[in-house]
Amino acid sequence: MFDLQSQDYVRRSASTMTPPMARSHEEQVAKLIDVSRCIGCKACQAACMEWNDLRPEIGHFEGSYQNPDDLGPSVWTLMKFAEYENEQGNLEWLIRKDGCMHCEDPGCLKACPSPGAIVQYANGIVDFISDKCIGCGYCVKGCPFDIPRISKQDHKSYKCTLCSDRVSVGLEPACVKACPTGAIMFGSKADMKQWAGERIEDLKSRGFENAGLYDPAAVGGTHVMYVLHHADKPSLYSGLPDKPEISPVVRGWKGIIKPLALIGIALAALGGFFHWITEGPNEVTDEDEAEGERVLRESETEKTP
Amino acid sequence: MTNTWQDIKNANVVIVMGGNAAEAHPCGFKWVIEAKIENGAKLVVVDPRFTRTASVADYYAPIRPGTDIAFLSGVMHYLLEKDAIQHEYVRAYTNASLIVKDGFGFQDGLFSGYNEETHAYDKSSWDYELDEQGFAMSDDTWQNPRCVINLLKQHVSRYTPEMVSRICGTPQDKFLHVCELIASTAAPDKAMTSLFALGWTQHSVGAQNIRSMAMVQLLLGNIGVAGGGMNALRGHSNIQGLTDVGLLSNQMPGYMNLPLDKEIDLDTYMKTKLFKPLRPGQTSYWQNYRKFFVSFQKSMFGDAATQDNNWAFDWLPKLDVPLYDIIRAFEMMNNGQMTGYICQGFNPLQAFPDRGKIRRGLSKLKFLVTMDPLDTETSRFWQDFGPQNPAKSAEIQTEVFQLPVTCFAEENGSLVNSARWLQWHWKAAEGPGVARSDIWIMSGIFHRLRELYRKEGGAFPDPLLNVTWKYTDPVSPDPEELAKEMNGRALADLVDPATNTVATKAGTLLDGFAQLRDDGTTASGCWIFAGCFTEKGNQMARRDATDPREQGIAPNWAWAWPANRRILYNRASADPDGKPWNPAKPVITWNGTRWVGIDVPDYGPTVKPSDGVGPFIMNAEGMGRLFARDLMAEGPFPEHYEPLESPVENVLHPKVQNNPAARVFADDRAAFGSPDKFPYVATTYRLTEHFHYWTKHALINAILQPEEFIEIGEVLAKEKGIEQGGWVKVSSKRGEVVCKAYVTKRIKPMMVDGKPTHVIGCPIHWGFTGQARKGYGANTLTPSVGDANTQTPEFKAFLVNVEKTHAPVAA
Amino acid sequence: MSPAKTVIVRYNRVNRVNHWITAICFVLLVLSGLSMFHPLLFFLSGLFGGGQWARAVHPWIGVVLLVSYLGLIVQFWRENLVHKDDVEWMKQMRFVVANDEAHVPPVGRNNAGQKFVFWSMTLLIPVLFFSGLLIWEVYFGEATSIPVQRVAVLIHSLAAVAAILVWVVHVYAAIWVRNSVRAMTQGYVTPGWAWRHHRKWLEEIASGHDKATLRKRP
Repeated sequence: MFDLQSQDYVRRSASTMTPPMARSHEEQVAKLIDVSRCIGCKACQAACMEWNDLRPEIGHFEGSYQNPDDLGPSVWTLMKFAEYENEQGNLEWLIRKDGCMHCEDPGCLKACPSPGAIVQYANGIVDFISDKCIGCGYCVKGCPFDIPRISKQDHKSYKCTLCSDRVSVGLEPACVKACPTGAIMFGSKADMKQWAGERIEDLKSRGFENAGLYDPAAVGGTHVMYVLHHADKPSLYSGLPDKPEISPVVRGWKGIIKPLALIGIALAALGGFFHWITEGPNEVTDEDEAEGERVLRESETEKTP
Repeated sequence: MTNTWQDIKNANVVIVMGGNAAEAHPCGFKWVIEAKIENGAKLVVVDPRFTRTASVADYYAPIRPGTDIAFLSGVMHYLLEKDAIQHEYVRAYTNASLIVKDGFGFQDGLFSGYNEETHAYDKSSWDYELDEQGFAMSDDTWQNPRCVINLLKQHVSRYTPEMVSRICGTPQDKFLHVCELIASTAAPDKAMTSLFALGWTQHSVGAQNIRSMAMVQLLLGNIGVAGGGMNALRGHSNIQGLTDVGLLSNQMPGYMNLPLDKEIDLDTYMKTKLFKPLRPGQTSYWQNYRKFFVSFQKSMFGDAATQDNNWAFDWLPKLDVPLYDIIRAFEMMNNGQMTGYICQGFNPLQAFPDRGKIRRGLSKLKFLVTMDPLDTETSRFWQDFGPQNPAKSAEIQTEVFQLPVTCFAEENGSLVNSARWLQWHWKAAEGPGVARSDIWIMSGIFHRLRELYRKEGGAFPDPLLNVTWKYTDPVSPDPEELAKEMNGRALADLVDPATNTVATKAGTLLDGFAQLRDDGTTASGCWIFAGCFTEKGNQMARRDATDPREQGIAPNWAWAWPANRRILYNRASADPDGKPWNPAKPVITWNGTRWVGIDVPDYGPTVKPSDGVGPFIMNAEGMGRLFARDLMAEGPFPEHYEPLESPVENVLHPKVQNNPAARVFADDRAAFGSPDKFPYVATTYRLTEHFHYWTKHALINAILQPEEFIEIGEVLAKEKGIEQGGWVKVSSKRGEVVCKAYVTKRIKPMMVDGKPTHVIGCPIHWGFTGQARKGYGANTLTPSVGDANTQTPEFKAFLVNVEKTHAPVAA
Repeated sequence: MSPAKTVIVRYNRVNRVNHWITAICFVLLVLSGLSMFHPLLFFLSGLFGGGQWARAVHPWIGVVLLVSYLGLIVQFWRENLVHKDDVEWMKQMRFVVANDEAHVPPVGRNNAGQKFVFWSMTLLIPVLFFSGLLIWEVYFGEATSIPVQRVAVLIHSLAAVAAILVWVVHVYAAIWVRNSVRAMTQGYVTPGWAWRHHRKWLEEIASGHDKATLRKRP
């Protein structure tokens, strides 16, 4: 599967070579999650488990309908429930399907040290190629959305694949297929943005003045987008980042420091080398030996009365 | 459902009250979303809790459990006072103008004719004033104070917004806003759909809850139209089928009544089933009752049912009580009057009220047979599972036979969905292990019993010995063959009297119930299903989704009873002249010679509008009933009665606190709690992650909602020191549940008669078998009392106490 | 001239074994660490059996390194205490690099450069260890927040680069100053070596403070 798609990579983790670019005409895809029509039924979670053969542990009640309690190596998508009292004092139950956002500029991919363990296809999907994953957890640090999880069993990182296997053969992701209210939609990013526009208009007409699309520019946009009633306050939705970006720390670490460090180390080594061929070794001379011997001898005689 | 799932999309207002459609019917709920998006519909939710449905609603109003009648009577009061009703519809299509008998009255919470001793009414005064010809008298000017509309106005006049708020705890402004939204659909081209489920049925006044909304819908002209109707969203995939084929103890297939023991012969039985029209020229389709009945008897007993033996009337069981419902069954078990129980596709230990009583009842049986694809709690009631099922196995003598059966996906057959569609399904896999089909097992029991009766005789072997059983494979009849039997066939050549020619040859499958005869020449196992399996083939297996007007009616997808009709009472979608009220969404229209449109007319196809035949053809007056005559146990108008366990006095009539017609067994009454010890109102419901008690056996569902919990508002939790996710003990007079607490903003205290009232939400599902974590089951808490008409248990409103505690030992 | 008959023991067996354990660990850490640092060097993970192995063994080697280096600290901290002389030596650095030791003030057992290496590593290795713990996914992946781990990984890589630079200096110095390696392999230096590079140390030995360090040349 992945070999067939290898021409299709537009980004590849820990790779200094330019990825193949011949397939320049592929359409960008996107999943649109219309939070305003999501009823939190978890059909998406069930479908995700079914399609991807994931079965997390049977957990406990943790004070919310949110189950399992967190994303995990076997939990690639998760409904999150937030009870919010708005300015009018009315309750809103903001339910959001959490999972990989498939950033156009993926922080996980930037952070990943293993060549080809994280790839981005021409259609925008960011995928983890598990056999190449080394389990370092750098993707966790790179992700602005706190998505990847490392398995305690096999020490590999997992997250939503946007059903890249389904999408590559013309199917929609499993969650999209299962969503009973059409709250999850899938198609070209352009179409999804247009449809989101219609939905936002409807929401505005129903009194949600700040309705909008969540497609954060700081990560180059995402291939999973949300229609939010309160696009001005994404963090209301169980901590969806207001301004997601790849951390400057990660940016520094995976950016300028990498080449600088190698150059520095190389320069140090070269410095030594050129010192050697210019100044040469610092060798002990016969005189030194004589002097040394002398010092030892003299002390010997001094002590002998 | 009067309408269909797809038709919901045509609504302008969707009201979800007495249900939680998004939670319990997430797939069907897509049509609500469709209505919102494509039709600009407003979604209104009235519920004690802010539910998943409320999360996508345009407007939410809270209500105290068990006060829906007060709320809806308030709505009727609002509509009548503001004159926000669809006048032409109400005048022409409802019994608003009919004049009620002088003897009828209502005072201090009781209608005329109440008998204190029997807790029942003499309903003879609950009827119309009749003229010499036996027709109901009418005053189209509505001047007569005894007109139904005037009596209704008077009846609901007490339900002012203040009173509604006082009873229901709904803030007045919220109540009035809901009224406004509802009233907006009084316009002829606007429709509201009412989606409800067990939130209305599971009350001691369940049937009246539904009637109240039906009356609202009649006043608004929303019955029979696209996007309107009373839409009961059924909980099981085939629960509609269950009632259709008469699996209630007092019914026969097709909503015919099982005879009472006082109906000693067919003539006596038929006397109450003549359904003579109450207005001139009305259809009163039940006039054909005898045809349906005789055809059923021919289907049951074949050649043995003859004119001479009154079509084997004597072989039918006769009821000595109104019905042998499940509450009565367990009462009888506990009293030692019932010693054997066959439990087919049913898990009463989880599903029926007062779990302790259920367990005690099962423990007194001689034998229990369970037939289920799953390892149900009922089949393990005798086993000690710790605090969740503290059975003392050594003391239980019940012999339990656990028969594993195949499930729907492992057999061919049909399911009847909420929209009355009979949809054929095909076997997808073999059953596991030794699982056998229900048909195979029941056939086996039948054959063995009959053999025993043949050999040994018995008190009354005739019915069993005479049942016809002419199946190709008598050991395991083929589902298609059974479906054909339900549909019915001609037993002799049927001659059309108009042409005097043979219209239907002997042996052919019938095309519809219009062909049924009362002379023994037709057989039909369930008259309303006639047409589902014809000579053209299995109509239920049709899968053509073509929807000509994209209005939610695909006539060639499966088959809907009756007569493949998708919207009941659809004649009412057009005005008296036959023009659609809403020209944008016509259902049927009079084209000058006949009724045409996207649906099968619920009306004579060539009956002219000018004939004045009412659209409600099953009713003897041809009209929708704002006044129910004698059909309800507790009155022709709905009245607010407090649940049997209530935190407050009935402020309307303190002397008549509860449903006066409710049947309560003495020991059950003794097990009712009082508000001083159990101060909080509890309600039960299921969660979307689970399907009743089944899916906890499925790993994914268990993962998605693993452990028993209750929902409690933040205010009460704070008062009680209960922490988020902490352990609580919820107790009623009948038992206690120890589980986790979900402290939520979604339940707020309501001001009921000046006092804050707290609601505790108890999701059902968890038991002691299956893959999810063990639970006590919410039915440990619930009271054993049912609706006065149907005996559906009052699961939705009862009293509990709640305390902070620690985890149960050995859980 | 015939080789010296007497040599000076500069590092005893314990010193040497400890040093080389540290050195091996360090090299392995550099190799595995760099493989995870820059894609150009990912091939180095092959030395460990692949990326998963490199990721898995790296922190464990780090633990060994820390313990081992603690041993070095215990053994060498005293002789690496900084004195005024070290400042003088530093000032004459240009003569040092030019092999012109005549202009360099006499040095005790360790010169300022060696002390710099010692103290740099004494600082960097614990920093690497603790920042490494925070990003040791297998055991501590959930112990701290992701922002903390991000800072930790940055500190870890910066400290590692610094340590590598120090190490390069250290290794080159050992090669450049001939016969220094023998001091750490065979343990001894000749009196001439001591005279040339650590004259004060030689004089201290000669004045009898530590005669035990003298032995016959093997």
